[in-house]
Amino acid sequence: MNTQNPARAASADRPGRAAGAAQGLARAFPVAPGELDALRGQLAAAARRDGILDIAYRTIDSPVGSLLLAATEQGLIRVAYASEGHDAVLQALADRISPRVLHAPARLDAAARELGEYFAGRRHRFDVPLDLRLAAGFRRIVLSHLPEIGYGHTATYATVAQLAGHPRASRAVGTACATNPLPVVVPCHRVIRADGSLGGYVGGPAAKRTLLTLEAS
Amino acid sequence: MTGKQPFGAVVAAHGGTVLRVCRAILGPADADDAWSETFLAAMKAYPDLPADANVEAWLVTIAHRKAIDVTRAAARRAIPVAEIPGDECPDDGAAADGGQRPLDGGLADALARLPARQKQAVAYHYLAGLPYKDVAAILGGSPEAVRRAAADGIAKLRRAASARERSAR
Repeated sequence: MNTQNPARAASADRPGRAAGAAQGLARAFPVAPGELDALRGQLAAAARRDGILDIAYRTIDSPVGSLLLAATEQGLIRVAYASEGHDAVLQALADRISPRVLHAPARLDAAARELGEYFAGRRHRFDVPLDLRLAAGFRRIVLSHLPEIGYGHTATYATVAQLAGHPRASRAVGTACATNPLPVVVPCHRVIRADGSLGGYVGGPAAKRTLLTLEAS
Repeated sequence: MTGKQPFGAVVAAHGGTVLRVCRAILGPADADDAWSETFLAAMKAYPDLPADANVEAWLVTIAHRKAIDVTRAAARRAIPVAEIPGDECPDDGAAADGGQRPLDGGLADALARLPARQKQAVAYHYLAGLPYKDVAAILGGSPEAVRRAAADGIAKLRRAASARERSAR
């Protein structure tokens, strides 16, 4: 008989008895990690079918590190760098949009494929539907103009301010870029300073340089 | 201001415990269905759950109801037939576990033979770790009555374990 018998382990003093019974029962019903993964996958599919999968997410590996992708039923709502803290980003989505957030890669298949093509240099613009509700007012106007800066090109903050209809609002353009909920896909990395220096970036200056180098090659 | 966790984090934190509870109450064959029904219902209701609610107790409450539904559905499906001795494969549990027979497989079998209320009290208190007050809220009755039911159940499990040890010698 094995010496780890829960009933025997549980016949010590009182708190030990309860703990032993709990441990023995937990051992009697082992759950392998793969079993839970399968059930979580089924849950994501059922939630999608029932229309309660408010936010689906997955991560992808990229030359600028792990990227979190999140989508509502309307479209891609968030791309986040690892430096932003993926858990914190998901929590913010739960707070602002809905707490019905699940790891559900299927909804992100198209976005992941397009990003893969982009990082391979084979895609110069993104076609997936976007959900821009995390950006409001002037920030949203700025984001809607960023795709006008073509692949492999850059524009200054002042130029983007002109595109957005407020020529003197280059600082606000900087803010809009810094809070872009969809970096890479909405190309705020193509906005640089008038003196030619790169300026700030939500994913850090190294990521901005990597993207611009990729697009220049 | 941080509100409720993303539901995926709830599944990650409590999915294993709820699956153990479903297996303890229903056995391996129906546990997956009960788990899926539990978390789908929980996800539907999640936005309305108060932010300070005890999520584990809430999930076990839903699992308890879903287990009752699954049991009733199975009873409706069952066609009464004459009992055939030896018809049930004794290694049924091991097969459903993918051949990984746990060390304490005998304990799972002994738990399955407990009366429903004792089995539920043991599973919700010892497996899910809910205090007797919460278990009583799920099962009805007083916390003291639930504590007695759990104690009676554990005593039977110990006697079954002793019997297994004796027969193994």
